[in-house]
Amino acid sequence: MAEQTQAKKYSKPLPHLDEENRPWWEALQRHELYIQKCGKCGDLRYYPRALCTNCMSSDTKWIKCSGRGKVYTFTTTYQNQAPGFRESLPYIMAYVELDEGLKMLTNLVDCTPEQAKIGMPVEVVYEDVTPAVTLAKFRPAR
Amino acid sequence: MSLSRKTAVAGVFEHPTRFAPDKTLFQIMAESVRGALDDAGLTIKDVNGLCTTGIGMSGMGIVGFCDYLNLTPNFVDSTSIGGSSFVAHTAHAAAAIHAGLCDVCVVVYGSTAASSRFAIGTGGGGAGGGAGDPCDQYEIPFGPTTVGSYAMVAQRHMHDYGTTPQQLAEIAVTMRLHASMNPAAKYRDPITVEDVLASRIISSPLHLLDCCIISDGGGALVITSAERARDLKKKPVYILGAGETVRHAARGQRDFLEIAAAQSGRLAFERAGVAHKDIDMAMIYDSFTITVLVTLENLGFCKRGEGGAFVSGGRLRFDGEFPINTDGGGLSSNHPGMRGIFLVIEATKQLRGECGPRQVKDCKIALAHGTGGTLGTRHSGATLILSNQ
Repeated sequence: MAEQTQAKKYSKPLPHLDEENRPWWEALQRHELYIQKCGKCGDLRYYPRALCTNCMSSDTKWIKCSGRGKVYTFTTTYQNQAPGFRESLPYIMAYVELDEGLKMLTNLVDCTPEQAKIGMPVEVVYEDVTPAVTLAKFRPAR
Repeated sequence: MSLSRKTAVAGVFEHPTRFAPDKTLFQIMAESVRGALDDAGLTIKDVNGLCTTGIGMSGMGIVGFCDYLNLTPNFVDSTSIGGSSFVAHTAHAAAAIHAGLCDVCVVVYGSTAASSRFAIGTGGGGAGGGAGDPCDQYEIPFGPTTVGSYAMVAQRHMHDYGTTPQQLAEIAVTMRLHASMNPAAKYRDPITVEDVLASRIISSPLHLLDCCIISDGGGALVITSAERARDLKKKPVYILGAGETVRHAARGQRDFLEIAAAQSGRLAFERAGVAHKDIDMAMIYDSFTITVLVTLENLGFCKRGEGGAFVSGGRLRFDGEFPINTDGGGLSSNHPGMRGIFLVIEATKQLRGECGPRQVKDCKIALAHGTGGTLGTRHSGATLILSNQ
């Protein structure tokens, strides 16, 4: 019941889950973060895709991330008229460069705009926003 | 096979409106087509090619606009890659004419972005066009906006190269100076660097006055063969070369300060057979001040990291060492959601010597570069090099 109440209240856009990304989102529900590695050529990729963009192989390995990385760049948003975000201004959007080398778009949380710096070490926090969706966000490393 | 000087811009028209709450975009587009045909000395009966796209029309809007104007062209192109689309359309029209697919091609845009109250930079879920593509699913939960996407590029540029808010602000100040000499510009009162820095932060480090305005508007171009253009009303402006491409997150491996302009610019220069020193003025898509700075670097007018110095000291003024955006740009003149068409219109007017007080002296070769979409997530770039000789 508590979860249902939370789902009703959550008004930010939710991702569409499908065949190629469901394992990734399900891992997030277990509070685990993965990237993909091609089983044929070894190329790393994020976001999840059904095939390798380098060699087009469908042989996909899932690599579990340490959940640690550094802020590559960020912005503190003071104006966004979209529902869900206009109530939570200001918020920090960032690209985090994972220790595994890939950059992912996310939010910095537990972090003031003054605290946010490029190069700052961060760690993943899992935000269970609905019963089906958990988001990977990042906070300053502790 | 080189396209250089085989085709020309024969007519241009910028719709004077900046606010048209009771016009449809088709009306604005049709009035723009009429204006560009009048400028060329051609009639609607001569038109057998059409390129258009827009933010206010449906995906098949080009067919609807043919319905409105009772056109049945031999060539249609509705490439939709954001604000740069019309720079790309110009190149596509040139290639189509050179290949014999059509003879006279109109490129047109119209929009009521302001009066329809589109929250272009700070609304919606997706940073780019939509929110339903697979790539959007990993962005929309985190609140991307168009401004935010460009802001992340600015933040990284400042971090890596010490680029300052003052340097970015000077770009906005220069555009406003140019707008003050353009009677049709929406904002014409001069501003200072201090005004830009005192305006509120929309998405750090970008201030309100680092962002383009939102207006209504439209415009059109008439493209035809160089041979035919020489017999028309106005002096032809020849298409020398063009290039286009896209940049995106590159499966998580992107260098975000390398943008589409690096590739589209290189292609355009190679195909035009001209060098950077030959460019007398440029129209650089100024959705945001940072867009101008990184575009100039990526086009190769200065080295990466040197953009801050390059845009400083009045160098971008109409009477400076490297004049850009003499119409006042998207930052001050008009930005009806997309503004690629105005880049080609103003470059053409400069090459014809029609720009009055803001005319660049001895302008023989001009470059137009459009950026579409969102620089920090996914964007397109289209470069065009034009000459009056």
